[in-house]
Amino acid sequence: MEESEQLKKIKAGDVRTASRLIRNLEDEIPEAKNALKRIFLHTGKAHVVGITGSPGAGKSTLVDALITSYRKKGDTVGVLAVDPTSPFTGGAILGDRIRMQKHAEDSGVFVRSLATRGALGGLSKAVGDAVHVLDVMGKNLILIETVGAGQQEVDIINHSHTVIVVLVPGMGDDIQAIKAGMMEIADIFVINKADRDGANKLYNELVAMLNMAHEFPGGWRPPIIKIGNCFDAVSFAQSVDKLAATVADHYRCLEETGLLGDRMKRKAMVELGESLRDAILSPILKEMTQSGEMDLFVEKLLKKEADPYTIAEEAARRYLK
Amino acid sequence: MTEKRIRIMVAKPGLDGHDRGARILARAFRDAGYEVIYTGVHQTPEQIAAAAIQEDVDLVGLSCLSGAHGYLFPRVVELLREKGAEDITVIGGGIIPDQDFQKLYDAGIKAIFTPGASLESILEWVGANVKPRD
Ligand SMILES: Nc1nc2c(ncn2[C@@H]2O[C@H](COP(=O)(O)OP(=O)(O)O)[C@@H](O)[C@H]2O)c(=O)[nH]1
Ligand SMILES: [Mg+2]
Repeated sequence: MEESEQLKKIKAGDVRTASRLIRNLEDEIPEAKNALKRIFLHTGKAHVVGITGSPGAGKSTLVDALITSYRKKGDTVGVLAVDPTSPFTGGAILGDRIRMQKHAEDSGVFVRSLATRGALGGLSKAVGDAVHVLDVMGKNLILIETVGAGQQEVDIINHSHTVIVVLVPGMGDDIQAIKAGMMEIADIFVINKADRDGANKLYNELVAMLNMAHEFPGGWRPPIIKIGNCFDAVSFAQSVDKLAATVADHYRCLEETGLLGDRMKRKAMVELGESLRDAILSPILKEMTQSGEMDLFVEKLLKKEADPYTIAEEAARRYLK
Repeated sequence: MTEKRIRIMVAKPGLDGHDRGARILARAFRDAGYEVIYTGVHQTPEQIAAAAIQEDVDLVGLSCLSGAHGYLFPRVVELLREKGAEDITVIGGGIIPDQDFQKLYDAGIKAIFTPGASLESILEWVGANVKPRD
């Protein structure tokens, strides 16, 4: 497809063109990257919201309800739902859509499932690329759902302006158990399934933790929003509307305090870092792996005939002229 | 590194809520190394077609035990065609009498698997007939 044609189609919201491009980017097809170069200059309009938390915390259910809330107000929504790839088979079951299917036919909503594929740093890049495509499609809000576990998730979350951390009482989600990194990136806390025992305890622990912080950038103290049983439809929808309003408040705060610039900068730095790694490191690793050099070096390291630092320096001299 | 992965959607159109078979199939696909999108029960053909395009899958596997396959399966194919996605392969499974096979094939369903079909035979068919996109 001609590239300007492709951009025009995506801008007009053509689902097929957009979803194919996302896939080609995920599969690292070179032409897709060329398309992205053009697209990038048209991005930056959407409010990107990351939603993270343990498996089963109710994130997908929440995303579904957030979509409903946004659509009521006329906003358009893109969703990227990330689920893990099986390390044993390379396959994955992506089941987040189950909770969101009532929006499948709404042309103002685009939901795409992504598998982690276990590549080092690759996932975060795929997510960042897909965010750009949804952005150019004109989606006002882009929601990224990811399981809060490791560094990879923190990287993904760096693609967003607002981060929601979803916690559930009595699921081991007490403060000690939550990764420090996850707590630091939260702009909004949700205590989900708050009708359960332990919700108040969790709330108090969060408040105590926040009280210990010396200062909040931009004066934004992460609010804690309790959301009750999703099967209690009316009150659930009300809490979710409140969450959506808080997400909007956060964006306004970012804009008014100039912090938005910092977030954009963080996003830009992450992207640049990933692209550099992709352009510089990946080809070298590939060549060294394919030539068998990598195995040789590893053997030398094991026999203590060489050290990794010298090997890396020599490789840098050889490849980076 | 370029790697064209195959994506499969497993979907359950119609009114029956028994998704044990669909889940088993989804797991078998995952274990064979495919990326599987599972959309849950009670899906309309419209929802299935829309989701298949958003997810850009190569294959849609439909499972239906309610007896309404004669309408539901061809409708999914028709909707995909309307949206310019005729390259997505559609197969079906469930309680489907022999005399319905030809009609479904004529409507564009590429393969049909009844409850007696082994997971191996399904995986074998997919391996032979669903190739990474051009
Ligand atoms: N009791 C209760 N169950 C919920 C609530 N929200 C979600 N669930 C259930 O929790 C399970 C996991 O939800 P899901 O949204 O898929 O969680 P995710 O893994 O974080 O995306 C599902 O069975 C939901 O029906 C809630 O507010 N209350
Ligand atoms: Mg989920």
